[in-house]
Parts: sequence; structure tokens; C-alpha cells
Amino acid sequence: MKALLRRWLPGGRSGVIAIPYVWLLFFFVLPFFFVLKISFAEPDIAQPPYSPLLKQEENKTVVTLDTTKYKTISGEVEAFFELPWNEAKEASQYVVAYWNALKLAFFTMLFTLLIGYPLAYNIARSSEATRNTLLMLVMIPFWTSFLLRVYAWIGILKDNGVINNLLLGMGLISEPIPMLYSPFSVLLGMVYNYLPFMILPLYAHLVKLDGRLFEAAADLGAKPWTTFFQITLPLSKAGIIAGCMMVFIPAVGEYVIPALLGGGDVVFIGNKLMDDFGANLDWPQASAVAVIMLILLSGPIIWFHRFEQKMQEPE
Amino acid sequence: MNKMPIGNRLFMGVGFFFLYAPILSLIIYSFNESRLVTVWGGFSLKWYQVLMNDADLLQAAGLSFKIAFLSASLAVVLGTIAGFVLARFGRFKGHSLFAGLTTAPMVMPEVIVGLSMLLLFVALQTGLGCSADESSGLLSRLGCWAFGERGMVTIWIGHTTLCMAYVAVLVQSRLRELDRSLEDAAMDLGCHPFKVFFVITIPVISQALVSGWLLSFTLSLDDYVLTAFLSGPGSTTMPQWIFSSIRLGLTPEINALATIVIVVVTVFVVVSNRLMLSAQAKRDRAMQAAFSSGGKTA
Repeated sequence: MKALLRRWLPGGRSGVIAIPYVWLLFFFVLPFFFVLKISFAEPDIAQPPYSPLLKQEENKTVVTLDTTKYKTISGEVEAFFELPWNEAKEASQYVVAYWNALKLAFFTMLFTLLIGYPLAYNIARSSEATRNTLLMLVMIPFWTSFLLRVYAWIGILKDNGVINNLLLGMGLISEPIPMLYSPFSVLLGMVYNYLPFMILPLYAHLVKLDGRLFEAAADLGAKPWTTFFQITLPLSKAGIIAGCMMVFIPAVGEYVIPALLGGGDVVFIGNKLMDDFGANLDWPQASAVAVIMLILLSGPIIWFHRFEQKMQEPE
Repeated sequence: MNKMPIGNRLFMGVGFFFLYAPILSLIIYSFNESRLVTVWGGFSLKWYQVLMNDADLLQAAGLSFKIAFLSASLAVVLGTIAGFVLARFGRFKGHSLFAGLTTAPMVMPEVIVGLSMLLLFVALQTGLGCSADESSGLLSRLGCWAFGERGMVTIWIGHTTLCMAYVAVLVQSRLRELDRSLEDAAMDLGCHPFKVFFVITIPVISQALVSGWLLSFTLSLDDYVLTAFLSGPGSTTMPQWIFSSIRLGLTPEINALATIVIVVVTVFVVVSNRLMLSAQAKRDRAMQAAFSSGGKTA
């Protein structure tokens, strides 16, 4: 009996691997197939709000793949390239939303890198006690609720918000500068909230750099900037890639920040998806949007994965 | 190396000002008497009182804490196993996919994860035929109890999947920087691998487990997008309450809520940091003592 059990039950090793593996396959991979499937369905008024793909017709099972959702978007792509800019913007709302999202994610990545790198660098190079305090100071806002931090910016940027009140009070301006509900406030909110995701991987790589390298460079007469560009920057490439991907990939689908800080003039693809899903109840369209987003992001995701693998491998 | 050039100091100052200015403004305006969030009308605690009497919020907060506790606990179990497998098992069939899957939830846009999980749960609901008859088998009754309607269980599964990625990364990196010799020695002495894991590995990485649990707890407590997809009509969480309050413009009490959160978080981070540092120092001293006395007897 025991021998039989041993043959049938997976060994300890594969049993251990199976626990998280099966969880991830079932709750993370399998769902993507449903997205793909439902992106080919038609919206329905029933519950669930999409039609089944398999239909029974005269004892035959017929598969109907409805590709209109993709055609909407591909038609928009054509319009985007053929029409003059003003009309194209009207006719290609999804394309514009993807484009805006990619642009926003790119600039968020760029600015978090420009602000985050010097911060991470300085934290990594300070003494151990200071380092700890500084790192803690970076972590506290990160642990504070993300929604509340987005909300804080509303109070600062509003027409009767902190900045405008201050400037009006000092007599520098005579009427409030409109700042909230603009591309600027969205970008600001994004940079603010994604900053820790850039600082932490950068710090983790920078803190491992060997201080003797810098001393050697200085002894050999290298100027600080030369040392930075010839030694620090190349050696921290891994941290830069990790940080950039940690910011860029999730930023493309961001919903909350544009929804709360954006004015609705500039539409991003995450918000488009949420609208199709929630307000329009068009789950097939939301699924098609997600599939295309995934295809657009597959390059960076695969790149990130390869890179992680390479990092994890023992030398 | 300890002396930072003045330019760097200046940059750090500006950087930290950027990080803290919004938080400080929240705290200051939480004590504002005025209904208008940003017009100062004198010191008052009335928004704290409003907050404490808001039944909707208290219920939402209760649900959020419950889900966060459950998600963090399960995420630590699953994430620890995943991290351990990645750090200690070497290559196996499907290793690359497994490695990719454990980190993917961290970067994948949440709208995609949320939508896809929702569609899985909806498919399960229809597949199990939950609304039909009650007399179906035990398994489908269990399935319907969990997935029959969206709510706590579906949110719990979603948050666990997201959080276990963070735990796996933490555990994995902690295990990689650790010396394997203790585990190897125990194994050589005939200890069963499971016993080695529980008696040696777990205690050694306990610090990573605690931070993983806390991180997961915070992430779950804070998550809006995933929850928006996975929650049903009867389950409103705190982020959902905050989000709709901001949209409706009912805001002064959010300042008070934010201040409470910030104070709790700050005290917590500072205290745990102190504790961790002193534990580390103690361990280092013990190690040193052990090695120096070992040196004498040898």
C-alpha cells in the first residue's frame, strides 16, 4: 500500500514545487486564456455580459469567433495613419489612448530615473547609520496608502490649493494657475507614486558596488564625473534596467492616477479599459484592449524576465 | 565617503521635500475647521469625529483589514515556498516559466490581472451552475460557496496572487545571500529535508518573512484596481470608499484618515527598524563571541 502510494503521489520535491506552481497556473495563467477567449465574444445584456463562443446548432457545436472588437481597433489604426491629425484623433480613440499611455509611462520612467538615481546613489554611498535612516525616510511614504498620496496632490494643485494660495498670498500671481486635471498633474502624480519602485532596485544594486573601485579610480587621477560615467553607471546598468521595467510596465495600464488627477481631456488606455468594463459593460471590448496591451508589453516583459534570470544565475 | 558634497545634499533635500510635502499638507489640513479642504478656518478635531462616526467607512475598513490579514498570511506561505524553490532547487522542468510567473504579478498592469481573474471567476460561476439547484455534489457546493458571488474569497485570491510575488522575491534574495552550510550540515547529519526547512531555514529567514507579511498586508489594504474587478455588490473595501469619496468631493475627513494612517505607519516603521537593527547587532555580537571562543579552544 505504502509503495503504491509512493508511486502515485508526487515525490516531496515535485510536490513542493507544485503548490505555488499550480496556484500561479490556475489563478494567473489560465485567466489570460479567458481574456483571449472573451475578446472574441459578442457583448450581451445577460449575466455574464458576453455571448458564449460555442453554440449548439442542429446537434453540431459551432464556434463563432467575433472579431469586431479587434476590427474596431485595427480600423482605428488605419484611420490614424490616413486621416489628418485632428480627424484622426477623433476617429482613433483607442489608438490615441494606447499612445498616450505609452508616452506617459515613458516619461514617468524617465523622470523617476532622473530623480531616483541621485537619491539612490547618495543613500548607497552614505555611512551605514545614515543610510538606514534615509532608506526608512524613502519607505515611509511608500507604506502610506497610495490613494491617500494621490489625494494629497489634489489638495496641493487645486485652484484654491496650497500652491495657488501661497502664490496668491505672496502677491506673485493675481489669479490661480490651473494645474489640476491636466497632463502635468497626471505626470506629477505618476512620478511621485512610482518613485520608490525606481529607488529601491537602484539602491539594491548601487549599495553592492565595491568602494575600492572608486578609490582606485581616484588614485589613478579620474575626475568624479569620469568615475561616475566610466565605472558607476556601467556597473549599475542592472539596477537601471530593473527599476525602469518596474516602473514602465505597470505604468502603461495605470488607472487610478489619471482618473483622479487627469481632467478627462487626455485619455489613457487603462481608463479606456475600465470604462468599457464598468460603464459600458462591454467585457469583450475590455478583453480585446487587454490582449493588445499585453502584446504591446510582451517585449518589455520578456526582456525583464530574461534579465531577471540572468541576474539570479550564480556566476 | 561620509561627507556628501553640498550639491548632493541640496539634491537630497529637494528630493525628500518632494516626497514629504504632500504628506505634510494632509496632516496640517486634517486639523482644519473649515469644510473647504484648503482654506484654513482654525484648529479643530471635528473631522476625526466625523470619521469615527462614519459607519460605511468603519465597515469598509473592517473588511479591508480582514482581507489584508488573510491575503498576507496565505501570500507568505505560498511566496516562501516559491522563493525557496527558486533559490534552492536548481533547474527543473518548467523552471523558466515558474521563475517568470513568480515575478510577473509585480509588474503586470493591474487592469489586466484584475480583468483576467474576474473572467476566470465568472467562468467558474457559470461552469459550476451556482444559481441552479442546491443538491449538487460537495465539490461544486464548495466551489459555489467560494466563487458563487464575488466578494471576500475572490478578493482574497487576487490579493494573495499579487502579494506572493513580493514575498517570493524577498525570500529568494534572502536565501541567496545566506550561507548554505547550516542546511547542508543538518542534511549530512541525516535530518529530513522538511525538518531542515522548518527547524533551520524558516528561523534564519524569519526577518524576510515578517517584512514580506507586512508588505503584503499593506499592499492588500491599499489595492484599488484589483479589488474593483473582484468585489461584488456586498463588499466595499476601504480603498473603494476612499476612491468614491474623492470623486464625490467629500474630502475633509479623508485628511483625518490619512493622518491616522501616516502616524501609525511612521511609528511602526521606525520601531520595527530599531528592533531589527538591535537584533542584527545582537546576532553579530553573538557570532563574534562564538567564533573567538571557538578559536581559543581549537
